Amino acid sequence: MNCQISRPEAPVLIEMKDVHKQFGNGTVALRGMSLQIRKGEFVSFLGPSGCGKSTALKMVAGLLSVSSGSISVNGHPAGQGSDGNDIGYVFQEATLMPWATVFENVYLPLKLHGLRRSEARPRVEEALAMVGLANFANSYPRELSGGMKMRVSIARAMVTRPKLLLMDEPFAALDEMTRSKLNDEVLDLWRSHGLTVIFVTHSVFESVYLSSRVVVMAARPGRVVHDIALSDGHQRTAAHRMTPEYTENCRLVSNALEGTMDHVDINH
Amino acid sequence: MSISTIEQGTGTVATNTGIDPRILRERRERKLRIIMPVSTILLALGLWEFLVWYNEVPHYLIPAPSLIARTLVQDWPTLMQSAAFTVKLTLLSLGLAIVGGVLLGMVFALSRTVEMSLFPFAVILQVTPVIAIAPLILIYVSNTFFALLICAWIVAFFPILSNTAIGLRSADHNLRDMFRLYQATPWQRLRYLLIPSALPYFMAALKIAGGLSLIGAVVAEFVAGTAGQNTGLASRILESSFRNEIPRMFAALFLVSVLGILIFLVTAWLSRAVLGHWHESEIKREL
Repeated sequence: MNCQISRPEAPVLIEMKDVHKQFGNGTVALRGMSLQIRKGEFVSFLGPSGCGKSTALKMVAGLLSVSSGSISVNGHPAGQGSDGNDIGYVFQEATLMPWATVFENVYLPLKLHGLRRSEARPRVEEALAMVGLANFANSYPRELSGGMKMRVSIARAMVTRPKLLLMDEPFAALDEMTRSKLNDEVLDLWRSHGLTVIFVTHSVFESVYLSSRVVVMAARPGRVVHDIALSDGHQRTAAHRMTPEYTENCRLVSNALEGTMDHVDINH
Repeated sequence: MSISTIEQGTGTVATNTGIDPRILRERRERKLRIIMPVSTILLALGLWEFLVWYNEVPHYLIPAPSLIARTLVQDWPTLMQSAAFTVKLTLLSLGLAIVGGVLLGMVFALSRTVEMSLFPFAVILQVTPVIAIAPLILIYVSNTFFALLICAWIVAFFPILSNTAIGLRSADHNLRDMFRLYQATPWQRLRYLLIPSALPYFMAALKIAGGLSLIGAVVAEFVAGTAGQNTGLASRILESSFRNEIPRMFAALFLVSVLGILIFLVTAWLSRAVLGHWHESEIKREL
């Protein structure tokens, strides 16, 4: 049950053209990745470790340079042309400042852009309410559970009201229950804020449940092997996990992923 | 399949007073933390007093604690003057070590090249015993106080320098990336990321350097062997040793120890005050 992406007429937000990345030690992290991501899409980068999915995400954010090829975000080369307000980034770990309260952590992006505390307060509180942590503004990260820390991290990414949300295996370290709950919250954010999301994951189920499109990648060297469009995800809820459509999509993506593993030398 | 609910509250023991037993235990622990060391010290002093009296040890070999206390009271004005000198020397050298160490540490953290070129000098300063360089410094620097200051500074400087440089580099890489993503200025990065990350390292260095600066001040004065009015506790110890005034020697030694303990307490308190709310090293864990 695959249909095309729901709104092919949406403008292209991210354009990757024949992107190569080779690290200083000679490792080829990514070879010839070309990809167009339209506004409003929820795209998962799925693949085994070493397939360059995180590298690709970092390059889109402008945190890593490309070795050759080009990436443009919203018409500008990646990492340039915006003041960082347009992109929210969620790391694999919560990556909070342990010395600062939840409020201070979420306030940081605005503080770095010169917004005074009093000006920023409503927006920080809004972002905290968005992830259900309105009552924890004065807590320190160490007082929070892993799931709550990740929520703070999402609030921090959302506080600048970005158009593009980049998530690098954000829930990999969380338990299954928390993970599926946060998956639903991310879907909610995506729908209600008209976001474009790139979600890096190594979980087939997560990618199928969340995204409107799964980009399956292979390792050594990192490259795109499949680009699978899934049916519209705008109505997905927890009940969706029980539908035959979901199961079929999982099987499809699973098979695509397994195809990539044939080339992997196990003794490597 | 049956689901059973576990009764709540069976695990806690009710007390007559109505106060949480955990709070009571904590209070008792806090009292013990003061009572135990104080009583051990008093016991040791009592034993010392007794052994000296029982064995009739002459006071020019080992004076009894009571005699040391009496000497302390008798020589209070001169001893205090000397203590003030040592305190001044110690704090000044520590202050300069902090300023120099932090500034150079920042330069090191900013530039690998500078670090590579200057680090050997810092290491040489550190590994050469201050007692061995002190005579040279005393020859080259005519003002004795400055010479002493340099000696004490050399000892306290290195831990601050090396820990500041390491601390400034130890900021989390993902957090660095985040600051880059939001296009933080170098100043913002230093102020909001690098300095807070370096604080635990700096605080550890301060605890070490505080003690070292006192040691440096005392050792340098020993080498200088200066006499007269404007001198520190080390001179009192030397002087007493020449005159065979052992109780006075102990009294001066006692004051040096007290100074060391005070410096330790202040730096430990400062570290807790700065890091207590977030860093693992100072957080009290609840059991």
